[in-house]
Amino acid sequence: MAVSERTIRRVVWRRTRREDREETAIAQPALEAEPAPLPAADLGAFEIAPNDPLVAYFQGSVGAVDIGALDLESAALEKLRGEGVTLVVPLIANGELIGLLNVGRRLSDQDFSADDRRLLETLAAQAAPAVRVGQLVREQQAELRERDRLEQELAVAQLIQQNFLPKELPLLDGWQVAAYYRAARAVGGDFYDFIELSDGRLGLVIGDVTDKGVPAAMVMAATRSVLRASAQRLIEPGDVLARVNDNLCPDIPENMFVTCFYGVLDPATGHLRYANAGHNLPLWQTAGESGDLRATGMPLGLLPGMKYEERETTLADGATVLLYSDGLIEAHDSAREMFGTERTTPLLRDGHEPAVVIEGLLAALDGFTGPELEQEDDITLVVLRRAAGQSAAAKPVAEMSAAAVSEPEAVGVLADFTIASAPGNERDAMRRVGEAAGALALEPERLERLKTAAAEATMNAMEHGNGYRDGVDVRIVVSADAAEVIVAITDSGAAPQTEPATKPDIDAKLEGRQSPRGWGLFLIERMVDEVRQSSHADGHTVELVMHLEGGPDGQRDS
Amino acid sequence: MANAILEAKTHSDGAVARIELRGDIDGSAREALNGAYADAAGATAVTLDFTHVDYINSTGIALIVGLLARARADACAISALGLSDHYREIFEITRLSDFMTIIADSEGAPA
Repeated sequence: MAVSERTIRRVVWRRTRREDREETAIAQPALEAEPAPLPAADLGAFEIAPNDPLVAYFQGSVGAVDIGALDLESAALEKLRGEGVTLVVPLIANGELIGLLNVGRRLSDQDFSADDRRLLETLAAQAAPAVRVGQLVREQQAELRERDRLEQELAVAQLIQQNFLPKELPLLDGWQVAAYYRAARAVGGDFYDFIELSDGRLGLVIGDVTDKGVPAAMVMAATRSVLRASAQRLIEPGDVLARVNDNLCPDIPENMFVTCFYGVLDPATGHLRYANAGHNLPLWQTAGESGDLRATGMPLGLLPGMKYEERETTLADGATVLLYSDGLIEAHDSAREMFGTERTTPLLRDGHEPAVVIEGLLAALDGFTGPELEQEDDITLVVLRRAAGQSAAAKPVAEMSAAAVSEPEAVGVLADFTIASAPGNERDAMRRVGEAAGALALEPERLERLKTAAAEATMNAMEHGNGYRDGVDVRIVVSADAAEVIVAITDSGAAPQTEPATKPDIDAKLEGRQSPRGWGLFLIERMVDEVRQSSHADGHTVELVMHLEGGPDGQRDS
Repeated sequence: MANAILEAKTHSDGAVARIELRGDIDGSAREALNGAYADAAGATAVTLDFTHVDYINSTGIALIVGLLARARADACAISALGLSDHYREIFEITRLSDFMTIIADSEGAPA
């Protein structure tokens, strides 16, 4: 009997998905698919490359084939012969080649008879549909396992997220507070928090972790915990964010960072002192005016030793403040237009209660995106309103100008790269900074100045910070919010990247009383709006700040 | 982007010389710049043509300062041609422009 032959081997291809197949196709699409890895138990099974000429041959063949007689340049054929296979019967199901039934020599060493062949062909014809069913079941099980795994991860992420959001809203005399959080399907890393501080003050937090799922939820939970602890120990919001940043930096996964706004509100006076690590600028509105809460700073978790600008204001009677995440203003409609802040600000008007303001925002957002579009990102909204008639004296301070709220063109980290410390490499840094900042609302001549400052600061970092050592790189991070772009250039030296403190004086240089060199820092300071330097355990960072058009000093010249 | 080592070619008719600069003016430009100025020896007016210069850094500025110091000793007047608006601004911020005549493109010195 043929079935008593010594070796029966099978070869299996993974089929393409049913919907990918053309109805008239016989086996070709299946053969374009990659061979599936076979389980270790199939010791005798092996894979045939879809473009192997043997595949094409079996597609056109009928019945059992003596492979000893075949003349093909085929790696699979070599392999089959090497394994002692002499006869091959293609397994065809629904017109598709799904495998091969391979038979070795007869025990008797005689050739296969016509009866043997017929028997094998009958066997192949009956086995093929069963093998195909087996393949389908296996594919489906793998798909189900993958789906279960994803669902489970989503559930875990959601659980972490929701456990770390406040369960209750703060009760403040003369204030109304409402908050809203809606997770996207993939669960982003949004969070908000209210922290009770001494003297009845209240810490206000809103933040967003880049990335999604469980990793983002874990980073969010860590950020929230460190922030809570730091807020109790430190008074100034800028110091709190600096501490959180230094705590996050060593442990945060690569390519992840956190944007975060932190403010300390004195409910009795409406005084708000705040700092911002690259989060969407909160919006405020009173009877006649509106604006945003601007303060500069890099997102958390990118570079240690960052400093955060602090600003303050007093929220007048009847003032409404909205803290939000990008899930609101970066939601798209079917034409890929963004919801934006100019659609948001008018919805704060009319002195409604915070809960009503949130309802209005959500209704407007749903109307904007339409019912069919899936929510792209988490949406977080926190609204505070100071009751009218609390304090006659309270008015917005001068810095809260009613400047038009500008649409952020790009928010967050635009580029993050390293440059090897070698002479001339500053040009590469310059080009990449130019590309990253090129899309921002920065006048061309100011972009050129930023590029020149970045080149000079990179030179200083390579030379003074890293000593042009092999393998010691300069890291450059370009980030932006609606108001400004920051280029942070970090070396691994402990000393500041300063040159001799002498101010370059061309008269003295021409008369030989001063070295002709020493222009770098002088140029840097005159090219950009602000230069910040900080030293930390891992090195020294220079931040170059350039205000964008529409920012408070956007048109400022040197 | 490949960094372009400076090429400097001196065209001199004795009293007046033009140094045509091509490439980057950074630390690597020292020899080319100094050599070209030496080739202009004897001229009482030298024009530096920056038309084909895309990049000048602080080290390059130091080289130009050195060249200005030598020109001052040689009683040679230096002028600059073909500077972009950005580098023209830098020449003003560093006050290089106080010691050399900046020629606007429209004034059309020979290219």
